[in-house]
Amino acid sequence: MRNLNTNIVLEARKFSCHIGSKAILRDVSFQIRRGEYVSIVGPNGAGKTTLLKAFDRMMTGEVSGELDICAIPWRDWKQADLAKLAAYIPQADSRAMPFTAEEFLLMCRYPYMSPFATVRANDRKVVREALVGTGTTGFAHRRMDTLSSGERQKVYVAAALAQGAHIWLLDEPTTFLDYHHQAEILSLVALANKEFDVTVVAVTHDLNHAVLESDRIIALSAGEVAFYGTPDLIMKPDVLQRIYGVPLLLVDHPTSGLPMIVPRRTPEQDKELAKWRAKSEEKMK
Amino acid sequence: MASEVGREDEIGFGWQIAVFAGLAALALVCAPFVGMNHIPFSALWGEADDPSEITILWDLRIPRVLMAFLAGTALSTSGMVFQAMFRNPLATPYTLGVSSGAALGASLAIQFGWAFALMGISSVSLSAFAGAVLSMGLVYAITARSRQGLSTATMLLAGVAVCFFFSSLILFLQYMSDFTRSFRMLRWTMGGLESIVQFRDVLGVFPFVVSGCLIVWYLLHELNLLATGEEFAFSRGVNVQQTKLLLFLSVSLMLGAVVAICGPIGFVGLMAPHICRLIVGPDHRRLYPAAWLFGGAFLVICDTAARTLMAPTELPVGIITALLGGPFFLWLLLARKQDFGAV
Repeated sequence: MRNLNTNIVLEARKFSCHIGSKAILRDVSFQIRRGEYVSIVGPNGAGKTTLLKAFDRMMTGEVSGELDICAIPWRDWKQADLAKLAAYIPQADSRAMPFTAEEFLLMCRYPYMSPFATVRANDRKVVREALVGTGTTGFAHRRMDTLSSGERQKVYVAAALAQGAHIWLLDEPTTFLDYHHQAEILSLVALANKEFDVTVVAVTHDLNHAVLESDRIIALSAGEVAFYGTPDLIMKPDVLQRIYGVPLLLVDHPTSGLPMIVPRRTPEQDKELAKWRAKSEEKMK
Repeated sequence: MASEVGREDEIGFGWQIAVFAGLAALALVCAPFVGMNHIPFSALWGEADDPSEITILWDLRIPRVLMAFLAGTALSTSGMVFQAMFRNPLATPYTLGVSSGAALGASLAIQFGWAFALMGISSVSLSAFAGAVLSMGLVYAITARSRQGLSTATMLLAGVAVCFFFSSLILFLQYMSDFTRSFRMLRWTMGGLESIVQFRDVLGVFPFVVSGCLIVWYLLHELNLLATGEEFAFSRGVNVQQTKLLLFLSVSLMLGAVVAICGPIGFVGLMAPHICRLIVGPDHRRLYPAAWLFGGAFLVICDTAARTLMAPTELPVGIITALLGGPFFLWLLLARKQDFGAV
C-alpha cells in the first residue's frame, strides 16, 4: 500500500462542508498523527459525525478545502484500498441484519476478495482472531439482530479488526451501553491503540472518558474548531462554557487527579422551578 | 469445532442446490411433453406418427418453456437484487416502475394499432420495451438530479411516482379505447407466455437476461454488504454509487426485455427470493444460485399448469403463480421456527 509510513495519517486544511446554504463544517484544520487517540466532542449538530465520516470518504453535501488520508487527498483514494486502512464503526443500532456475527465479519474481508472468490482459510483465521480478540466467540453463530446493543457494538469493533484497519473511526461507541459494556468497549479500543498502534478517532459526548483516554481532543462548535489540544487544557470552566454554552461544574478525579464534569443544577433552573411552584400554588388557592 | 460447523453447513447447502438443480432440470425436460396433446419423446428427434406433433414441440412448446425459464430467472434475480438494494422485503421487480412503462408502451401500440415488427418481434413488444427503457431513464434522471446522489430512498419514490403517472396514462388510454382494445390492454397486464412462437423472442430476450445475470453474479459480495446497509458497505470498501447504478441498469434492462415479451407476470419476483431465503439463508452467494434455479423452475411449472388446467382455454400465468406460490410461501413461513429476516 501507498505511503503507510507517513507520520500524519489524517489532515484537514480549511476543510468545509455545506448542505445547501447551511454550513456543516467551516474551515476546519488539524492533524492527527499515527497511533494517536483523538476524541471529537461538542454539542449536538456541531458537525462531529460529518467530520468523522469524511475521514472515510462518506461526504455529505458540497465539500471545499483539503482533507488528506495518509498524505493522499481523499478524492484520489479507491474505497477498497482505503477500507484496508480505515474503518468507520457506527453506533450499535437495531437495524435488521439477517446475518450471523461470523458471516458479518467474513463480509468485512471484502477489500481482500476478488468478485467470484469464496472465503479462504486465511479470511477465516483473521475472523476467528477478531472474534477471540473481542470476546465475541460466544455469539459468533447468532444473528446480528438478536444481539444486545453492547454485544453488537463489540462485533462492530471486531469488524474493524477483521478488516485489518489501522485507523478506527468510532461514532459514539458507548452512548447507549451499560457501564459493563462501556468499560469493555473502551478497554478494547485502548488496547488496540496502545498495543497495536491503531489510530483512534472517536466522536463522543462523554468528556470525562475522553479526557481519560485521549491524547488530544478536538471540540467542534457550530461547525468550527472551538478547541484543539491536550485533554488537560479543555477541562476549564471558561473553555467548556465557550463550547457548550452552559456553565459546567468541575471536580478533581479521585485517582487520576484530572478535572471532570459532575452533574449539577443551575441557579436558573432552581429559579424557574420556584416560580412555577409559586404559580401553581396560587392557582390551587 | 467452528470449521466442522462450517463443513456440515457446506454439505447441507450442496444438497439444497442439488435439489433445486434437479427440480429445474426435471421441469425443463418434462414440461415440453405435457399439454393438451400428449407428445412422445421421439418427436425430439423428428420421429412421430403425426408430423404436427414435431411442429408443436419445436415451434411452440420448447420455445415457450425456455422463455418461461428465462423470465422466471430474470424476475427472481431482479426481485432478490431490489430487496437487498432497498433493504426492503416488499420490493419487487416492478417497484421502480418498469412494468408500468412497459404497459404504457404496449397499450399505446394496441390503441393505435401500430403494426411493425423488427426481426420478427411484434410492435407491442417493441413498444413495451421502449416504454420500460423510458421509465427506467426517468427514474434514473430524477434520482441523479437529487442532492443526495443516487439515494435509494429517492429512487424508490421516483419509481412510485413514475409508476402512478404511467398507470393513469394507461387508464386514460383504456377509457378512450373500445371494448376489444381495452380488453387486450387488460389482458396484456396480466402477463402470459401464450404469444411465444418459435425461437425469435427467446433469442431476443436471451442476451439481456444473460448479461443481467452475469453482472449480478459479479456483484454478490457487494449485494451482501448492501443488505447490511450502505454506510457499512461503503466503509468495507464497496463503491456504493457505482454498484447501485450497475445493478439498477442491468436489472432494469433485463426486466424490460422480459416484461416486453411476457407482460408483467406477478408474484415470482417477490416470493421466489423469499422462498429461497427461507431455505438456503440470506447469504447472496448461496441465495443467488438457488433463486436463479427456483425462479426459472417455478415459472415453467406454473406456465405448464396455466396451459393445461383448463385446456383448451389458457389461464393467465400470473393467476397460477400467486395461487401456487402464496400458500407454499405461507407454509414455509409458519413451518420455520427462526425469525423471518427483513432481507
